[in-house]
Amino acid sequence: MANFFTDNDDIQFLFNHLDLAEIAAAQEDDFTQPEGRDYAPVDAADAIDNYKRILSIIGDVAANLIAPRAEQIDHEGNTLNEDGTVTLNPLVRRNLDDLAKADLMGFTLPRKFGGLNCPSLIYTMATEIVSRADTSLMNLFGLQGIAETINAFADDPIRNEYLPRFSTGELTGAMVLTEPDAGSDLQAVGMRAWQDDDGQWRLTGVKRFITNGCGEILLTLARSEPEIKDGRGLSLFLAERSPRIRVRHLEEKLGIHGSPTCELVYDDAPAKLIGERQRGLVPYVMSLMNGARVGIAAQSLGVAEAAFRVARRYAYTRKQFGVSIERLPAVAEMVTEMKIHIEAARTLTYETSRVCDLEYNNLRVLELNPPKDAAVLKKRKDRSRALKRLNGMLTPMSKYYSSEMCVKVASDAIQVLGGSGYMKDYPSERYLRDARITTIYEGTSQLQIVAAVRGVCSGAFEKRIDELEQANYTDELLGTLKAKLIEARQLVFKAIVFVKEKGVEYTDLQGRRLVDSAIAILVGHLFLSQAMKNDHKKAITRHFIETRLPEIHANVERILSGDRSALDEYAMLAGPLPTV
Amino acid sequence: MGYDSIVCVKQVPDTSNITGEAMKADGTVNRAALPAVFNPDDLHALEAALQVRDRFGGSVTVLTMGPPAACEVLRECLYRGADRVIILSDRRAAASDTLATSYILSQAVRKLARYDLVFCGRQAIDGDTAQVGPQLAEKLGISQVTYYEQLVDLSGRTIRVRRNVGNGWEIVEGRLPMLLTVLDTANEARPAAAKRVMRYKRARAPMELGAELAKAMPDAAPGQKEAEQARRLEPLKAKGLCIEQWDLDDIDADLQWCGVTGSPTKVHRVQSIVLTKEGFTAIAPTEEGIRGMIRDLIVDHTLG
Repeated sequence: MANFFTDNDDIQFLFNHLDLAEIAAAQEDDFTQPEGRDYAPVDAADAIDNYKRILSIIGDVAANLIAPRAEQIDHEGNTLNEDGTVTLNPLVRRNLDDLAKADLMGFTLPRKFGGLNCPSLIYTMATEIVSRADTSLMNLFGLQGIAETINAFADDPIRNEYLPRFSTGELTGAMVLTEPDAGSDLQAVGMRAWQDDDGQWRLTGVKRFITNGCGEILLTLARSEPEIKDGRGLSLFLAERSPRIRVRHLEEKLGIHGSPTCELVYDDAPAKLIGERQRGLVPYVMSLMNGARVGIAAQSLGVAEAAFRVARRYAYTRKQFGVSIERLPAVAEMVTEMKIHIEAARTLTYETSRVCDLEYNNLRVLELNPPKDAAVLKKRKDRSRALKRLNGMLTPMSKYYSSEMCVKVASDAIQVLGGSGYMKDYPSERYLRDARITTIYEGTSQLQIVAAVRGVCSGAFEKRIDELEQANYTDELLGTLKAKLIEARQLVFKAIVFVKEKGVEYTDLQGRRLVDSAIAILVGHLFLSQAMKNDHKKAITRHFIETRLPEIHANVERILSGDRSALDEYAMLAGPLPTV
Repeated sequence: MGYDSIVCVKQVPDTSNITGEAMKADGTVNRAALPAVFNPDDLHALEAALQVRDRFGGSVTVLTMGPPAACEVLRECLYRGADRVIILSDRRAAASDTLATSYILSQAVRKLARYDLVFCGRQAIDGDTAQVGPQLAEKLGISQVTYYEQLVDLSGRTIRVRRNVGNGWEIVEGRLPMLLTVLDTANEARPAAAKRVMRYKRARAPMELGAELAKAMPDAAPGQKEAEQARRLEPLKAKGLCIEQWDLDDIDADLQWCGVTGSPTKVHRVQSIVLTKEGFTAIAPTEEGIRGMIRDLIVDHTLG
């Protein structure tokens, strides 16, 4: 039977290649969890076996139930009712029911709330698998970060009331942040949060572009301190769906039609405060967003994988000029580039998830069970800081790289199919429409670059590359490739020193080139560590490094040119002012 | 209240991806060369039973007959929500044809005594006879509806179902207990549930433990393996993870109706057809091209 986990050689490879035992031990507190749930793993091998089985289930559900429904869902979308409620497409409903029946809606929640207690790395793999079947369903499956946020920051009564119902699939949530005048700039959120005479919190205002805004639990960012204008005046609230929250508009979108994108009007809607006042944006929403960004990276991988498979098959079966078109050099290059970039993005995203798990579990130990020994405690804390810094760079890198990759792959997939790809007869055009959002939501590529470039310039990159360069390769080819990466790194450091001298504005102007170069070196090293395992990976590694090196040279040359014309000559280059 | 259902399932060789080694020289299935899978129609039979339980209450008991490896399909049933699973395994039942198989199953169902509905898949992909379900109903002396596609109504002891008759459908009504053979169009089989998988992946039948121990302790003294098996069974039983195992004596089977002696079926002739053509054939999208294709299909008996 078809299965999107077992049929994916690269996910299988990474599942076996990554150190899941380390992740499982951290996630399960070295298998000493006192919960006694009868499905808790007893050791690392048992946990890894569970992960594999869970991914096989989701691979089965994705391939056999979700994927066949995707086309019709794309065609029909969801329905806004006159009373301000939304009726999900019956097939979307069935998708959610099937995921719930398979126990997959409490993926990362602790067992005491009915969850599977999976690490985020496994959740990332699952998210990718779901997205390959129906990219728009990932938006609902991928909202499990909302329950995670409640688990991380809400008090016990709220956790006990809602989390078990998330696990059963009874509840779905939405992260309700964006407003008409607060998109990328969330510090400008204006929704009013106020307390009535009984001390009940109430929310008043409008929110826009809310994925699953018709869900039952709305995690809402609102201004509880009207006198504080920036992010410190914001708190996070849990509002249940009620007649006081109306969906005013269901957006008509280019793609992801199965995902309901709502405009919400809050009319003094009752709400509960999550955690402490004034901590809504930082740290609560920032933490939620970081997880969501890895989720979008995984969504990108899924749609890219789907698009690639259609293109690869077409390139093999389509004959022109008497040969399969994949024998034509231009097509051969497109297909191989697609594959290499998917594997590069997957490697980077899974590595990010791995580091997320290490960071999260390290924090959990520090919070719940801090070591008594001062030296051990200090070591944990140092590690925690280092992981946080590394993650602060890797997360935006993954989101940026994977999303840009999937748009390119989906576009090239249409190119491989030619006229057929442009028609509705093949799913390729849907894949491109679905892919296109990924570089925009949960922080645009441009914002991801701003976040990532700080890590690249502030030592996190240097530290990680130092570690990766410790690896020794006896294989002659791999040794040579590693030497080339070390050489390229010197170039990139020259560029980093240069932009630092030029200031923040110039750094941001050159951000994409800096981040692209850093990603190439980072992924190059990660690939080297995989290349020993099989010939395919070795070929991918060689090709990736050899083709990225000239790009790094070109990037560094651009950076070192000091050219700021896009800023200094903006008016001249952009032409006459538009009439508004 | 509620309805108690029994589901008969079978582990079969996966005939969906046939290779050259799939058939032995004598024309019988080479089971070793093919992966073993859950017979597809039986998954829909299980789903039909689970839906009755979910809607009306009651229980779902799954029965399979086969070697120890067949416990894998029983675990699959537990993953999907079955309440109780039983393996019928006995060397004396080997080589049973459909007549002997239905006799053995009928003895097992009799032993279970309390049941309202028996669900079988329409047919198994290894033999494709579709005989076991109907024969089982006859031996139990209960009414049967084949090609079940939809439950229309169930109240008291009366059941009304829709069956597919090939070129249409009909709705029939009958009294419980009843046996239904289920089509793959009847429902979408539910996926395995992750928490049940993690729990029941440890479920074992005693004979599986025996086989594991035989491998692990090849030089054990007499009685040692049995003692170890009993020791390992205890915690499984306590946690509800012991798969029930019956042999022919447990179900009071008359041996003359079982295995080879109980199987009158004789294979007359088996043709080994190995498809060798690979890839695809390009047909010109013209009258001439289509005519040529139809001619070829008639010549190789695909059409007509």
